[in-house]
Amino acid sequence: MSKDKILITISGLDKVGIVAGISQSLAKLGVNIEDIKQTIMQDHFVMMMLCDISKSQNSFKTIKEELIKSGEELGMEVWVQRKEIFDKMHTI
Amino acid sequence: MADFNEKDIIETIEMIKVHHLDIRTTTLALSLRDCISEDIKVAGDKIYNKITKYAKNLKKYADDLENEFSIPIINKRIAITPISIIGEAAKNPDYVYLAKVLDAAANEVGVDFIGGYSALVEKGCTKGDEIFLESIPEALKSTNKLCSSVNLATSKAGINMKGVLKVANIIKKTAELTADSDGLGAAKFVCFCNSVSDNPFMAGAYCGINEPECALNIGVSGPGVVRWAIENMPKDAPLGDVANMIKKTAFKITTTGELIGRELASRLNIPFGVIDLSLAPTPAKGDSVAGIFQAMGLEQAGAHGTTAALAMLNDAVKKGGIMASSYVGGLSGAFIPVSEDAGMIEAARQGVLTIDKLEAMTSVCSVGLDMIAIPGDTPASTIAGMIADEMAIGMINKKTTAVRVIPVPNKKEGEWVEFGGLLGEAPIMPVSKLDSSIFVNRSGKIPAPIHSLNN
Repeated sequence: MSKDKILITISGLDKVGIVAGISQSLAKLGVNIEDIKQTIMQDHFVMMMLCDISKSQNSFKTIKEELIKSGEELGMEVWVQRKEIFDKMHTI
Repeated sequence: MADFNEKDIIETIEMIKVHHLDIRTTTLALSLRDCISEDIKVAGDKIYNKITKYAKNLKKYADDLENEFSIPIINKRIAITPISIIGEAAKNPDYVYLAKVLDAAANEVGVDFIGGYSALVEKGCTKGDEIFLESIPEALKSTNKLCSSVNLATSKAGINMKGVLKVANIIKKTAELTADSDGLGAAKFVCFCNSVSDNPFMAGAYCGINEPECALNIGVSGPGVVRWAIENMPKDAPLGDVANMIKKTAFKITTTGELIGRELASRLNIPFGVIDLSLAPTPAKGDSVAGIFQAMGLEQAGAHGTTAALAMLNDAVKKGGIMASSYVGGLSGAFIPVSEDAGMIEAARQGVLTIDKLEAMTSVCSVGLDMIAIPGDTPASTIAGMIADEMAIGMINKKTTAVRVIPVPNKKEGEWVEFGGLLGEAPIMPVSKLDSSIFVNRSGKIPAPIHSLNN
């Protein structure tokens, strides 16, 4: 269901272990990664992950809190949003 | 859709994080027509119970959605049937009592404002309306979250000039009763021409008597996003291209608002009403309608060309919104409140933005003279003249116009007033010293214009 698709955006200074750190948290939370894209913007590393939370035992709220915490540990800013907001905003 | 576009993701996050895109309000419109009683206490009980039942989860569910979509939902509000109608049948129509009940209910459910302490008197007052109007200053003094509005004119009915003078006195008295907070009470009162019954924005939100039992109306904002979009265009881009950019931006804002609105309505198990896309500024840096004029190429709000820029902005916002949703309603356009817009505040402080220019701008914006601080000793007849002018603009142009001025007690032209929060701060603006009293004391009505006879 579209409700179960979430978009995680991680940004900050590039360093070793970002992908590993976030992926590990996602695995622990039972969240499946469907796609990953990454780019460098104004010297900032930006990674976007499309995930499915339908199989996770955790609520959206818990997943979001945990990911933001992992981001903080890595010194990265993390945004977790339901994907629908992007689909609505950018699709006619 | 399993794919996603990085540019879209980054743009969305930037719109929210840097350029203040927000859901300004989720307003639960609720009919209180079934709360009428001969006994004011019974009416009060019914009102309290109905509001607390329907709005019980409004704040919680809105907070949940804010978290899920990472878009701020600034205010949660309630709009009710004009209370003048609900209290009228009571043997002792103690409207101030009902005001306190409404305020208590709003506190209980944790919303930011409750609107609908209102009357529709464009053609004249009923006995209940007369009693109601007298109660407004005391009601606003005795409450915190209550907002009040009065419709004084329509393009169909003309202008109730007796009502205009009465309302001018209400504004004065309300400001005086709340003198210790610089007349803040008057900031929670607005009078209209052609008021809109599904408007989710305060101080003018109410649930019209033609509205259903309940509905969730959404107000979205984002002047900062529009300013940013225009700033990213070349300085010599033709205005048609600028209008197109505004439309595209308005589309994005509106679809987002509708998504949140429909989701919230479904969780509350009530119908979705309308989405009102109004560029409503806040005092935050960058979140300014005046900033859009600057991005378009005017030195400041108030420069010659401001009315033209605003006309194009207001129209393009509506067009983008209409393309995005079939349920665009409310006011939808651009607001030009002075004290709530950092760019307007600065222009007013420098004296380059005057009430006269603002009046001209109201002929093309979505509302009217809004959040303007004027000297406390301004005569009621001068305020009445100001209201009459504004009502005339709305009546003739078949649009909504409004007046929300604050005659700040004991303060003079050039002094400063701070209302705080979203209401912002402003210099006391000069008003005309010329006398309007004989004109506004003539009473009676200004007849409806010839184009009202369109059947």
